[in-house]
Amino acid sequence: MLEIEIDGKTLQVADGSTIIEAAHQLGTYIPHFCYHKKLSIAANCRMCLVQVEKAPKPMPACATPVTNGMKVFTHSELAVKAQKGVMEFLLINHPLDCPICDQGGECQLQDLAVGYGESASQYQEEKRVVPDKDLGPLVSTDMTRCINCTRCIRFTAEIAGFMELGQSFRGERAEVMPFIGKTVDTELSGNIIDLCPVGALTSKPFRFSARTWELSRRKSVSPHDGLGSNLIVQTKHDRVMRVLPLENEDINECWLTDKERFSYQGLSSAERLTKPMVKQGGEWKEVDWSVALDYASHALRDVAKTHGGAAIGGLLSPHATLEEMYLAQKLLRGLDSENIDFRLRQSDFSADGKRKGTPWLGMKIADIGRLDRVLVVGSFLRKDHPLVAQRLRQSAKRGAQISILHSADDDLLIKLAARAIAAPSQLPAVLAEVVKAVAELKGVAADPALAKVGAGLVDVNAAKKIAASLVSGSDGGKCAGILLGNFAQQHPQAATLSALAQQLAGLLGGSFGFLGEAANSVGGYAAKAIPTAGGLNAAAMLKDPRHAYVVVGAEPELDCADGAQALASLTKAAAVVVLSPFKSQAMLDYAAVLLPVSPFSETSGTFVNTEGRVQSFYAAAKPLGEARPAWKVLRVLGNLLDLNGFAFNSSEEVRAEALDGQPEFVSGLDNGIDGATLNLTASPNGLERVADVPIHFSDPLVRRAPALQQAADSAAPTARMNAATLAKCGLASGDKVKVGAGGTAAVTLPAQFDAGLPDGVVRIAAAHADTVALGAMSSVLSVEKA
Amino acid sequence: MALIDTINPLLTTGWSKGDAGWSLKDYEARGGYVQLKRILASKMTQDDLIAEVKKSVLRGRGGAGFPTGLKWSFMPKAAPEKYVVCNTDEGEPGTFKDRDLMRFDPHSVIEGMIIAAYAVGAKLGYNYIHGEIFDMYQRFEEALDQARAAGYLGNNILGSDFSFDLFAHHGWGAYICGEETGLLESIEGKKGQPRYKPPFPANFGLYGKPTTINNTETFAAIPFILGMGGEAYLNLGKPNNGGTKLFSVSGHVNRPGNYEVPMGTPFAKLLEMAGGMRGGRKLKAVIPGGSSAPVLPADIMMECTMDYDSIAKAGSMLGSGAVIVMDETVCMVKALERLSYFYFEESCGQCTPCREGSGWLYRVVHRIEHGEGRPEDLDLLNRVTDNMMGKTICALADAAAFPVRSFIKHFKSEFEYHIENKKCLVDPEVQRAGSGFFKAGAA
Repeated sequence: MLEIEIDGKTLQVADGSTIIEAAHQLGTYIPHFCYHKKLSIAANCRMCLVQVEKAPKPMPACATPVTNGMKVFTHSELAVKAQKGVMEFLLINHPLDCPICDQGGECQLQDLAVGYGESASQYQEEKRVVPDKDLGPLVSTDMTRCINCTRCIRFTAEIAGFMELGQSFRGERAEVMPFIGKTVDTELSGNIIDLCPVGALTSKPFRFSARTWELSRRKSVSPHDGLGSNLIVQTKHDRVMRVLPLENEDINECWLTDKERFSYQGLSSAERLTKPMVKQGGEWKEVDWSVALDYASHALRDVAKTHGGAAIGGLLSPHATLEEMYLAQKLLRGLDSENIDFRLRQSDFSADGKRKGTPWLGMKIADIGRLDRVLVVGSFLRKDHPLVAQRLRQSAKRGAQISILHSADDDLLIKLAARAIAAPSQLPAVLAEVVKAVAELKGVAADPALAKVGAGLVDVNAAKKIAASLVSGSDGGKCAGILLGNFAQQHPQAATLSALAQQLAGLLGGSFGFLGEAANSVGGYAAKAIPTAGGLNAAAMLKDPRHAYVVVGAEPELDCADGAQALASLTKAAAVVVLSPFKSQAMLDYAAVLLPVSPFSETSGTFVNTEGRVQSFYAAAKPLGEARPAWKVLRVLGNLLDLNGFAFNSSEEVRAEALDGQPEFVSGLDNGIDGATLNLTASPNGLERVADVPIHFSDPLVRRAPALQQAADSAAPTARMNAATLAKCGLASGDKVKVGAGGTAAVTLPAQFDAGLPDGVVRIAAAHADTVALGAMSSVLSVEKA
Repeated sequence: MALIDTINPLLTTGWSKGDAGWSLKDYEARGGYVQLKRILASKMTQDDLIAEVKKSVLRGRGGAGFPTGLKWSFMPKAAPEKYVVCNTDEGEPGTFKDRDLMRFDPHSVIEGMIIAAYAVGAKLGYNYIHGEIFDMYQRFEEALDQARAAGYLGNNILGSDFSFDLFAHHGWGAYICGEETGLLESIEGKKGQPRYKPPFPANFGLYGKPTTINNTETFAAIPFILGMGGEAYLNLGKPNNGGTKLFSVSGHVNRPGNYEVPMGTPFAKLLEMAGGMRGGRKLKAVIPGGSSAPVLPADIMMECTMDYDSIAKAGSMLGSGAVIVMDETVCMVKALERLSYFYFEESCGQCTPCREGSGWLYRVVHRIEHGEGRPEDLDLLNRVTDNMMGKTICALADAAAFPVRSFIKHFKSEFEYHIENKKCLVDPEVQRAGSGFFKAGAA
């Protein structure tokens, strides 16, 4: 520790601190622009100049390390003169167009100009004008306002992992720009809007739609991936105008993914369902709530009476709130149905009944950064969990070794220690080889069940390299983590993969866990929205069609592991009751009644994130039209069905019952599996499908966000193959190909070369209308030139 | 043209044959690489070597005048990877000494760098050569090939256990790449922008490794220092200002060019060597150390001797030794406008005060020169320079400010005349006559 004095106040600071950090510790504000606690130090704006005793010149507080006994003056004559001088320079070429600037009212330059600027400038010369840049559909530019602080540049290089912005030219002509003809395409691009201390980078979807002081703010929680990023939802006249990150160092730090930031546009989609609707004689009619609820309750009661409760299936979106899931399962169980599930994209349920508890991350999100060895298994990490990828990116820079075992070698923009890329059917075998190699390095016997794994089939060397990296960590791997991604959880041998991960973590003394796919991937278990003995899971209740379905918040044709099958079963069903914020043509085809419910922004509720953290939120806006919070709709349906235990007056009461109080973290988190049968056989015949869920297609809300749908990540699906596979099929990149799955309907897609795929696989995105007809996410495909 | 006049020639001994005397055999014939051989054969210790350089009080010839031996001694001994970098990014207006050194005696630079690498324990070196002297870059590449073929570079140099290799790297003409950390960034393939210091290159240099970076002339002096001994070298000059120095004399003299003289030689003597004032005109002002050094009026300059301390005492800097001589036909406002334009053009754009201030200065001076000056402009210029100096990462803001302040300080009346009368104090016809491009009296 060092002792220093700032403006006459003494304090102790850690070795290596800078003056600005020390001042922050003391609550002393030093004006700055280029400095940002999460970015490298640039020291270029010079706004933070302070006086340091014995230094002849003012020193930049952001870059000057503290020394013992240092005396700093942040408001001395020398310091203030320097700060005012810099402010004058910053303003001479700034357009001062605050009245027409979106940043007005929340602009660092504007704020600091009040404190350090003069009311008039002595600069009488011509001002600089800088051409605007096209950074894509999300970020809009007014580059004349840029003060060249380079925060955006450092963000793309350091946080997002690829330097998509740079400073060209020099001196007064310096301009921040992307590569020529390129845009900023990172899945984290929106953060540069927050980082920009002036109005040079602003939100394109929000542009000119409101002034910041007109907006109401509410804290909320992201309804998308399992992280549960904290949000500030800003509304005007009950319309969500903008979403910003709410800083939470334990979860999203100060970042948001573009999906979380811009998906709010979907809340005002023309496809919003705003009136209850029932289908009568094949015709859709808008009706009163009482009529619709009556209709729905009668339909369900009739099926239950005629065919028994087991004839009803409940499909819940993993993005639904805890309260919605809890009431939905209670309703179905009240109707004597055990067929309830929220794990819509899962295909292997063999671990059910063997789990010791709720599968979760296996650690705190913040602890991901403390792992010194990480193996990511089956994950499109950068797109599925951008902020986890960001944490690992920083870890790798600090010396952590990150490895991946996956079926696609997408650039994670992380320096990898080892990688094994294998066809989906081979993933369990490769992971088994990693387990065996670790056992060998540790000098312990591996599970005899793994002996059978065919060494000739898989890339043993890659597995050994991963094992060597894991074992080389501190204490032989005690700080190692095995993270199973969405692809591993959706894998047809998911239980085997998690059992192997469990073995691996056991051998290393490290931890393993699941990167939660959706906002409530843990909450669904906590809400008991899974079938118990005798019930049908999501896949089973679609494979074996039910007479009636209750669908909450999901679009099963896009959100289930086998969309085609889901569509067929729903279409066949006598009664499908849908609670949804949106309507779609598919829904109008299969549903009997459509109940308009609130998306996350219009209801109170709770998401339990992947680390088990219970995060509740209030509505940020009034429900649109006649939409109502789904928990209220389910409560009334429960009453209409004369079910017991539906007398809730608030979502808080539902939560209290579901979680037995109001814990900070849910109880029963345990990734252990008892007595899992390892399924290590790999015998696909033909081309295996690798299906990713593209980042902007993962749930109904983001699919309806127009700006995101124009982003580079929303490109139309293609059939991606490596060079060998293309050659084997006699194809060239760009050819139109007919892709079929087991003789059923085929889809036509352009073939695309992807060097990162293993032999014998075709990568085709799921969750997209163009590929629904292909059916299961994991399947064997035929590909021929169209 | 290798036309030079010298007193006690050291660095320029090899220049007399002009372009015919640069190659390895010529350099060896005049005693080249003898010092390297002696060091390797005698297994001289690094400490002894550095001590010898310290004794010479050789001060960095790039402009800052930092003692070279001291700089070398900052290099951490234990570091496994270290670099030696030569700064031949000679971009300071008025300076052209390194260009001639590279042209007439590149091997002295190579030998100096090898010895420096030995002293600091570096295995790899780069010579960053200004992009606008591409011929010198090509010649240096040739010289490197010769040195490599002769076993002076590479693994186990001359059978010793010392290995060092050296590469040439040319820039593209940006002035800021002559700033040592901007230069390192540029070698790394990044935008040439200076780094915040500390850490200094000796701790965090090229690719983050300890790096010794010196000027071309500094390296070239090393073999000569070792040849005659540090003390003898020091005694050539005056205390605290060891040895000889190359001065690039330009402007209104009869024989502009590079002159090597001992430190402490009177300016009057240097001016005489350069053939005196052109056309017998009167000396008006001198910029004694390259364009970023403050200008000195004739009377002060004529009292100075050419060494770091004397020039500093007079209120300027010896800098890189670029002596820009101006006679009475010069309009000081116009001269300043030209200098200010240079810094406006060359500011890297990183730090706010320099990026914004250099343009502001140029525009105001430009206005004054073009008859649009305002009475408050001179105070404004002083205030703007005050806000620039010492407020930036590197010294470019100071370099842009010094000329403005010194020109106004010493020639205020000329600026005031310009503002008041919207024209030059020095008649344009006289200026034209003095420029050398027009014959006096011709319209």
